[in-house]
Amino acid sequence: MIGFILSPFVVAILAAWFVSRFPRRAALLAAWPALLTVLLGSEMARAVSGAGRLIELPWARSLGLSLSFNLDGLGLLFAILITSVGALVVLYASRYIEDHPHASRFYASLFAFMGAMLGVVLSDNILTLFVFWELTGFTSYLLIGFEHERAAARAAALQALIVTGAGGLALLAADVLLVDVSGTTSISAMAAQRASIVVSPFYNAIVGLVLLAAFTKSAQVPFHFWLPNAMEAPTPVSAYLHSATMVKAGVYLIARMTPVIGSTTVWTTAVMVAGATTMVVGAYRSVQETDLKRILAYSTLSALGVLTMLLGVGTPEAIIAALVYLVAHAGYKGALFLVAGTIDHETGTRDISGLAGLRRAMPRTAQAGGAAALSMAGVPLTLGFVGKDAAYEGLLHATDWYPWLLVLMVLASVLLGLSGLIAGVLPFRGDPARVKEVHDPAWPLWLPPLLLAAGGLFVGVAPSILNGPLSTAATAIAGMPVDVSLRVWHGLTPTLLLSLLTLAVVGLSYVFHEAVRARTWKPRHGTEDLYEGALSGLNAVSHAIAPALHSASLRTYVMVIVATAVLVGGAALVTDTGLGSAMPRTSIAPHDVLIVFLIVGGAIAAALAQSTMSAVLSLGAVGYGVATVFLSFGAPDLAMTQFSVETLTVLIYVLVFRHFRGLGPLSSRLVRARDGLIAVVTGIFIGGLLVSVATTETPRRLQDYFAELGPTLGHGRNIVNVILVDFRAFDTLGEITVLATAALGVRGLLRFAATRRQDHYVRLVTSPIFRTAARLLMPLLLVFSVFLLLRGHNQPGGGFVGGLVAAAAFALYAIAFGVHRARQALLVRPLTLLGAGLLIALLSGVPAVLSGQPFLTALWAPGSLPLGTPAMFDVGVFLVVAGVVLMMIFSLAEES
Amino acid sequence: MEALLALASGVLYAAGIYLMLRRRLAQLIIGLGLLSNGTNLLIFTAGGLTRARPPVVPEGAATLVQPYADPVPQALVLTAIVIGFGLTAFSLVLAHRVHTTAGTDDIDDVGRER
Repeated sequence: MIGFILSPFVVAILAAWFVSRFPRRAALLAAWPALLTVLLGSEMARAVSGAGRLIELPWARSLGLSLSFNLDGLGLLFAILITSVGALVVLYASRYIEDHPHASRFYASLFAFMGAMLGVVLSDNILTLFVFWELTGFTSYLLIGFEHERAAARAAALQALIVTGAGGLALLAADVLLVDVSGTTSISAMAAQRASIVVSPFYNAIVGLVLLAAFTKSAQVPFHFWLPNAMEAPTPVSAYLHSATMVKAGVYLIARMTPVIGSTTVWTTAVMVAGATTMVVGAYRSVQETDLKRILAYSTLSALGVLTMLLGVGTPEAIIAALVYLVAHAGYKGALFLVAGTIDHETGTRDISGLAGLRRAMPRTAQAGGAAALSMAGVPLTLGFVGKDAAYEGLLHATDWYPWLLVLMVLASVLLGLSGLIAGVLPFRGDPARVKEVHDPAWPLWLPPLLLAAGGLFVGVAPSILNGPLSTAATAIAGMPVDVSLRVWHGLTPTLLLSLLTLAVVGLSYVFHEAVRARTWKPRHGTEDLYEGALSGLNAVSHAIAPALHSASLRTYVMVIVATAVLVGGAALVTDTGLGSAMPRTSIAPHDVLIVFLIVGGAIAAALAQSTMSAVLSLGAVGYGVATVFLSFGAPDLAMTQFSVETLTVLIYVLVFRHFRGLGPLSSRLVRARDGLIAVVTGIFIGGLLVSVATTETPRRLQDYFAELGPTLGHGRNIVNVILVDFRAFDTLGEITVLATAALGVRGLLRFAATRRQDHYVRLVTSPIFRTAARLLMPLLLVFSVFLLLRGHNQPGGGFVGGLVAAAAFALYAIAFGVHRARQALLVRPLTLLGAGLLIALLSGVPAVLSGQPFLTALWAPGSLPLGTPAMFDVGVFLVVAGVVLMMIFSLAEES
Repeated sequence: MEALLALASGVLYAAGIYLMLRRRLAQLIIGLGLLSNGTNLLIFTAGGLTRARPPVVPEGAATLVQPYADPVPQALVLTAIVIGFGLTAFSLVLAHRVHTTAGTDDIDDVGRER
């Protein structure tokens, strides 16, 4: 089942491929969510019979992260809405965005969104719920901004992302507090600890943060402004995200958290007030708009407000009402959105002032729109009627100031009914003769809205089929058994009279709808201004700060970094008395002085050099000096590597620096003096640091560990090499990958250069003596490099230095005979060497995985021969290093 | 000896930083090279100097014979040397591209609108 829940993510990838391959067959993709609906339906049947279940797949156990899904009535109810509406929307979109150049991207985002939504409503782990929650925000960003060529679409997408993303952060904070207080990440386990959570000092913070997340996602006032703006999305997206699914995630969160942190005064008041306000504001604004989608967006706001308010009231009747209202709304509002999209698609406009008389031209669409509008207005025998009836009932039977809520709800219902009629009926009314060249579109554009609307009528006649699912869902919210028994006829109750009164006023106001729209006051400012203000304020602050921090001058950065290091580190050096307590152990030999003199002299000469070549030669002297230090203090591996690297580096320097001119000073004497001062202070700090560290006793645990285990576990006597290819092989793998990336970067930089000439290759040296020597030396060097590689595990050597020597062999050949001949001698391209090397290094880690051990664990063949995965790994290192160096040298030498 | 090598890496750092504060691309990279040499020397020396044997177990012995050089900083420095090579080569070519594209080797001129 977990596989099915996560399957939309896989389908997202497949859909992108499928749609680009068969652009006219996208409708087939609707089969998958339809199948999921059937599966979820059977799970629902199981849940109704009292066998809801938790399924779990461990993920990151140490972090308490597991993919655990709670298949109870509440989650399944939402999940079924997501997949069933999803199937219809995919079907609809198959025609709506057919032939769009980015259609495959659309389906990929849509299915990824579907997967994220399923994750939100089925997750039992509160942390994975957060992850899925953020994924819905991210995928909806992609979907709202689908037509990214338009600035309005991009702005709306960004606004939705920022507002709901801020809520997501609040949810994360709430999760952290909840996990801290309850000690568990499972929501169902938290519900059992409700008593201790409610009395914890963090309770109010948790409620505030959870509700912030829910209110931003479900567009409650004052965060509601993003939803009407999000109508920039393609209509199938609006129908799916902004009426049936994503905006209900906030409502879901409130419902899901009710048994954990709900039903307190704080919670009830906040949820109820926000919901009631949104209900009224949304309904009021919906009748003022003339754009079909914006009418529907505001009426959706209002419906979300109704749901929130009813959950805030929290009595069993109110919870039942919320659930019925939820299902009814998903049906009629989804249908109306799709109808609006069809009208837009066929006539090219969504403005109701320019639409009339479509009923004869588009009969199917008109039927869908009419049926949905009737349900939204609450005409008896529709599900909308049952929902509104239940809501009135819930508010009527509650105590205290809930009668006021009832008054507001009746008012909002009138306005909502009116806006439903404006959106679903008005475009089809009027003189049909005015409509020309418009006709019903292909079936995928009228069947889905018709099915949604007809579903509302069908269930409205026999609402009792919802009893089972809604009972289990209501039980999950209320935390106690709730029995739902929906009926068409309750008898002549006060709620029925209220419903009929509402309907009568709706009918009356529809007649005068133009007067209503013209006479109502339209606010010029809203909370969106606050949002814009905050955003531009933030931008202004960063504009003020950024230029100072981000000067784009490398020297400033170097100075800041160096100064910080010297000041902070220097303070530690001066104040920490534990450093430098032991005496230096090593005496000075006469030749050491010579080496240090070479290094110091080379460094100073490089700093003061007036030409590039003398600077390079001084740098080379420094490199050889350091290599000699390595040699004198027991590090032959380092010395060999450094000698080879230094030789090759000088070669590369010469190849590049022939293009640079002299190094005469550019800055003034004063600036140079300042830089010199900075440099000298840094040097003194580094020297002092080194003296104090080298004279501080440190524990020798690590080196003894490696010394002991190298020969036994590592099957090698050269401990440095054993560390590189065995103990820390993963590290080395990362390093050769970095090297390979650098080489590819060099190749790319040179390839894009226009100056490269294929037919012209450089011969740097033409002396016959040198050529003869090179011809003899090359094979010798190659043999030596393989020798270094093979003995590396037990004697100084190894893949790194072996690869460098092998590269040096071909570099020498290239100098003597030109790059072209050297490439021929190499037989394969350097890129092939590099790729093969990386592959071999990677593959050497696989046997361990196959035998159930961590990646790159060393495995050795039995017997005396040193055959094992680290040897293979070292071969990979050898090839990568050789490939990298040759790729760099060849492409540099070929570049004029 | 530690003091002597401290002097060496101090001078390497000083020269390296001085060159990195210059305006010429070529000097910036030479400075980077000096700095990486200085760092390698710093890590190597900080790991403890000994003139004794390299960390290679003699034939027939079970473990390293005391005293021996510490293999851990050596392994770190070895990869640092090779990575330093990759870094130098890449930044050299990058500088070369900047030089040919911008037509100047003065860093302050590169970013300037022409």
